[in-house]
Amino acid sequence: MRRSLLFLPGNSPVMLQNGAVMPADALIMDLEDAVAPDQKDAARLLVTSALRSLDYSQKIIVRINAVDSGHWQQDLSTLVPCGPDAVMTTKSSVEAVKQTAELLTELEQANQIKPGTIGIIALIETALGVEQAYEIATASERVSALFLGAEDLAADLQCERTKQGAEIFYSRSRLVLAARAAGIDAIDTPFTDVQDDEGIITDAELARSLGFSGKAAISPRHLSAINRIFSPQPEAIRSALAVMAALEQGKREGKGAVALDGKMIDAPIAARAAQVLAAAEKLGLLPE
Amino acid sequence: MWYELMKDKVLHSIADALRLTEVKDGMTLSFHHHLRNGDYVLNLVLAAAQKLGLKELTINASAIFDCHLPLLDLIRDGTVTGLECNYCGALVGKALSSGLLAKPVIFRSHGGRPADLARGSARIDVAFVAAPTADSQGNLSGKYGRSACGSLGYAFSDVQYAGRVVAVTDNLVPYPLADFSLSETDVDYVVEVERIGDPAGIVSGTTRVTRDPVGLLMADMAAEAIKASGLLRDGFSFQTGAGGASLAVAYAVEKIMLAEDIHGSFASGGITSKLVEMQHKGCFESLLDVQCFDLEAVRSLRENPAHREISASQYASPLAASAVVDSLDTVILGATEIDLDFNVNVHTNSQGLIMGGSGGHSDTAAGAKLAIIIAPLMRARLPLIVDRVQTISTPGQTIDLLVTQYGIAVNPLRPELADRLREAGLKVMSIAELKQLAERICGVPKALKNENRVIAEVLYRDGSVIDTIRQVD
Repeated sequence: MRRSLLFLPGNSPVMLQNGAVMPADALIMDLEDAVAPDQKDAARLLVTSALRSLDYSQKIIVRINAVDSGHWQQDLSTLVPCGPDAVMTTKSSVEAVKQTAELLTELEQANQIKPGTIGIIALIETALGVEQAYEIATASERVSALFLGAEDLAADLQCERTKQGAEIFYSRSRLVLAARAAGIDAIDTPFTDVQDDEGIITDAELARSLGFSGKAAISPRHLSAINRIFSPQPEAIRSALAVMAALEQGKREGKGAVALDGKMIDAPIAARAAQVLAAAEKLGLLPE
Repeated sequence: MWYELMKDKVLHSIADALRLTEVKDGMTLSFHHHLRNGDYVLNLVLAAAQKLGLKELTINASAIFDCHLPLLDLIRDGTVTGLECNYCGALVGKALSSGLLAKPVIFRSHGGRPADLARGSARIDVAFVAAPTADSQGNLSGKYGRSACGSLGYAFSDVQYAGRVVAVTDNLVPYPLADFSLSETDVDYVVEVERIGDPAGIVSGTTRVTRDPVGLLMADMAAEAIKASGLLRDGFSFQTGAGGASLAVAYAVEKIMLAEDIHGSFASGGITSKLVEMQHKGCFESLLDVQCFDLEAVRSLRENPAHREISASQYASPLAASAVVDSLDTVILGATEIDLDFNVNVHTNSQGLIMGGSGGHSDTAAGAKLAIIIAPLMRARLPLIVDRVQTISTPGQTIDLLVTQYGIAVNPLRPELADRLREAGLKVMSIAELKQLAERICGVPKALKNENRVIAEVLYRDGSVIDTIRQVD
């Protein structure tokens, strides 16, 4: 489960240290935007040291620099031996994902890590990236999620980024379609106003309603709202349990078609109920 | 003397008050700290004493703040040779740690001070009481006037036990001031000055709730621990410090109380706007206020009959027939260090320099059913937990829980509490495990060895010497 993904600047010892106790499902240790060009080496060492000395219970993702930056190969060769769960490619394209996947394979072999262990999360933050979202999602078997980066995307779209997000509505929907078509996760862009405790709820609920599986955060203050919104809701769990119970009963009674509260339970309803219960089980939300 | 016959007690200057109260070399003068870091009165009185050539005075102040830095020059020139207080700010503390005073500073707790005055083991010759409002006969209040500070709780024992009492005010009103806190029966003189303090200084920076995610995380953990303890039910009583993380616990507790419709009994101690808001929302029946931490608390004390001023004795004296701390369910406290036996240091920093004091720390820990220390596991690369604290401010047997961002340590004296927390799904670790975790991240700091002379004695609330503080070169 990757409901919440918290960005941690790779050059901040305190934030890397405190990240270990934050209620995020995944931590994104950032070697890219958060780190000035002359600080890249120090950030790599700091992230490496944090991964080797702290017990992170969260999934670890390292955001590497773009493939045209001159830093990305060093990012990977330094960090792969620490065994992150995934790396995040920036300004992702089909070519960038392929290059990253190839180098990951080389480095995994060199470090006695089973090839294919480290996943790729493709950060989509350009108009071209949105247009090629499905191709990027399927460019490598390592790609486990598409991640929308709305701030850079808005700049590329030459429009203003707003809290309401009308300017990224299409991109959000397109990204969810591409990710789901490829059978992988779709992760929504962070809500950037860390002081707005109501705005994060509205924004996360919108993303959830569009089909995103999780949402990134730049502040730990947003994590509890994101976790709550991207968890199966109590009513959905009750309803899914009722669906499964009705199906079980129908099976025992040898019925071909089963109804619940006067409505037929068809295959999509059964599939959705199974998804809800699987997620609830992972999160320990099922009643005993 | 002729002036003793004057019905009107109003004097024109502090120098007159010093003369008329017959302050002599070697005497003890007292002050309260309700104007906190905005207080002018201690400096005004000591400047007047210096001008009169008085020497070897002892200052007994409920707290010393960094606004009292001029005190250092008066120590250097021999005007002041003794200091007794319950708290000392870091800048003055650093100078004291260098050995400025020949005699050890005496540190007490807020409850220990009135108890020692009652026992006679502390003595005040003349109390100078900063009074935001006074009438001509010495009825005093902190609720009114441009320097309003709210409660005058710490001054009650001063006026009760001092040989003579002088009120110093910048708001002299016609007799009688009906809504008084301290009565004319105990006040000998009233001096009017231009300003007794800066009301902005009453609001300490530490009374604002933290926005630090780690502080907020610990606050949520502490609130969950209180809930798991079983104490958070109707009739709940609560005290929290003014530090950012401690204050965040109030927000987290409020959330639970409102969600579960819990109606508490009282909140006590230093009262903040947050506690005022919680009382207003029905979380508590009343507020028992020994000290106002901000101007909203001052306003509430003035206008809300359920917000009551209490004396330091009623707050925390171990000699009182009963004190508020004895009825307290839960207190949230801070620490600069805590050791494997849960002893807490709030007097000295990592270098051994004086930077605080007990205040009500040891009193509330002793009285409350659940005393919780909340502090980050590391500060500036230094682990919070040590083998032995440099200074014992509060003995470990009175501390129940340590809440850090990495987990909660329960005092082994409370095994049933550990079980309750585990059952509630909270992450319970031993204090030794937490210490090892911090040391794995920060390394083990080199132990400070200090064989220098003793420059301060820390008295526990029963009057015994619980620890000493040594000079730092």
